[in-house]
Amino acid sequence: MVATRLKVQGVEFGYKSVRVLDGVGFEAEAGEVIGVLGPNGSGKTTLLKCMNKALKPRLGSVLVDDREVSDLTRKEIAREMGVVPQNSGVNFPFTALEIVLMGRGPSLGRFQTEGDEDLRIVKRSMKATDVLELAARPMTELSGGEKQRVIIARALAQCPKILLLDEPTLHLDVNHQLEIMDIVRHLAREQRLTVVMVSHDLNLAARYCDKLILLLEGKVLAAGKVEEVLTSENMERVFKIRGSVQYDANVNTWTVSILGALPRQNEIGGDSD
Amino acid sequence: MVPSIEELHQKKLALWTLVLVVLIAGLVIASIIGICVGTISISPGKVFAILTGQITVDPLHPDTDVAIIREVRLPRVLLGAVVGAALSIAGVAMQGVFRNPMASPSVLGISSGAAFGASLAIVLGFSFVSGQFAIPVMAFVFCMATMFLVYGISRTGGIVPVETLLLAGIAVGSLFAALVSFMQFIAEEKLSSVVFWLMGGLNQATWGQLIIVTPLIALGSVIIFWYARDLNLMTIGEDHASSLGVETQKVILRLMVATSLVVAAAVSVSGVIGFVGLIIPHMIRLMVGPDHRILMPASILAGASFMIITDALARILMAPSEMPVGILTALIGAPFFLYLLRRRRHMMGW
Repeated sequence: MVATRLKVQGVEFGYKSVRVLDGVGFEAEAGEVIGVLGPNGSGKTTLLKCMNKALKPRLGSVLVDDREVSDLTRKEIAREMGVVPQNSGVNFPFTALEIVLMGRGPSLGRFQTEGDEDLRIVKRSMKATDVLELAARPMTELSGGEKQRVIIARALAQCPKILLLDEPTLHLDVNHQLEIMDIVRHLAREQRLTVVMVSHDLNLAARYCDKLILLLEGKVLAAGKVEEVLTSENMERVFKIRGSVQYDANVNTWTVSILGALPRQNEIGGDSD
Repeated sequence: MVPSIEELHQKKLALWTLVLVVLIAGLVIASIIGICVGTISISPGKVFAILTGQITVDPLHPDTDVAIIREVRLPRVLLGAVVGAALSIAGVAMQGVFRNPMASPSVLGISSGAAFGASLAIVLGFSFVSGQFAIPVMAFVFCMATMFLVYGISRTGGIVPVETLLLAGIAVGSLFAALVSFMQFIAEEKLSSVVFWLMGGLNQATWGQLIIVTPLIALGSVIIFWYARDLNLMTIGEDHASSLGVETQKVILRLMVATSLVVAAAVSVSGVIGFVGLIIPHMIRLMVGPDHRILMPASILAGASFMIITDALARILMAPSEMPVGILTALIGAPFFLYLLRRRRHMMGW
């Protein structure tokens, strides 16, 4: 029987006395796009960092094809998981090609230079995110959307099984947001990649994710299909908005209608401390 | 027509080779000039003849040129090359670690820290390790302490903002400069040797110094070069680097130790020679781009040539007296630094 691609079990993480993640768990299969939603400070980015051992969870485990991530070296993890971090500000004028070639680093020896096979992989990755024609351009000259596509191409060049995206569409124009998400979902389907994406954008997540995980104060409040997770009740509790989710037959996806913010005095729970 | 990935990659490798060949040729030419030029100039033909052993010491007809070349010029040119290379690769490493193109040993006060360590060794006459090693060892200890101090002060939330970095460098540098002055104040009869050493220069070069510092600088440079590819990733961001398999904290620590080693070794024989570590990496970056795998060897070669040539200039500009080469590098480097500061947002995007 085939092992589940990604299993996250009872992950707990904290800085000193503050508990950021508290028993977070979920599973994902190959080809699935998982969206992680939640308000600021709910532990979304921390969860992503715990998954690739950028942070070490206090408890719990992350398994890729039944292999413990915490037992792997950084380099081994880099061959399993590609990451697109939140802030992709590149300060030194590397060209887009050089950036994508860096994705081959984890598969090369220390002083080995990239060979034909690496160039083939890089070319395929750049084609997938449509950045081949940017190859010779320095990153410092690219637009936000172009940079993000280059960074995704680099993650693909790692030939990972899992792609972790932290707010991939932040600060992008609407057309670029859709473009990036179309690419991501296409990759998941075509290359059987498991995508875990942290997002702020309810509509984008509802539209593109197969499953959603809703975090509140470091705990999973709800997980499952879009319509099961983004209930009016949950949106009220987590985001303090009144809204509803409907299936939009025009685009064949779920969309979120946001009616408005809850009146302030009704604030439930609120920030701890 | 957009060139293909393969073409771009081939072109890049060809450029790297070309740059290395040109810089090696440049270093050879610089060395020849460095050996020929001075208060007494010697023709390249004669230099060649002496170096290849065609002219040897003849007790009946002593030829001072032989002695000048063998005992003065040659060690001096070689030491200049080693010091220039050391300061340049240290600059490259610091700019990468600090993720900040304005970093360099002198700008961040690290050279001053090393200078304080060295003057402490001279004045107090330390000899806990065999005499000759006392200066480099003390320079190393203070160099590393200074670097961690500046790094610790200026790092906030995983990034090192340029303003904080420069201010921390100025403050820490001034502190150590004051301490160095204090050492001079209490130096008494050792004052002249401290002052002489502090002026910065290669005029005291001996084969003995060369034999001590070359292995240290070579070792440090090998460690730095070992992490060339990791540094590429780290200049983009620690998140990026760690997701691509780099143990960032470990790499930063090792690079800082290796850089301290290299700077301390250079400072212990030449005093504080400023700005080399800033100018050279920048000029090379303009030629070959930011990839550390080429930036490092190219900066080593260019830094060596630059030091040899500026030292030769220092010897002849005010002949027969000699000016400290640190004055020359500062005269070239300080305006260059200001130029970078003006252009930085435009050029580097920060």
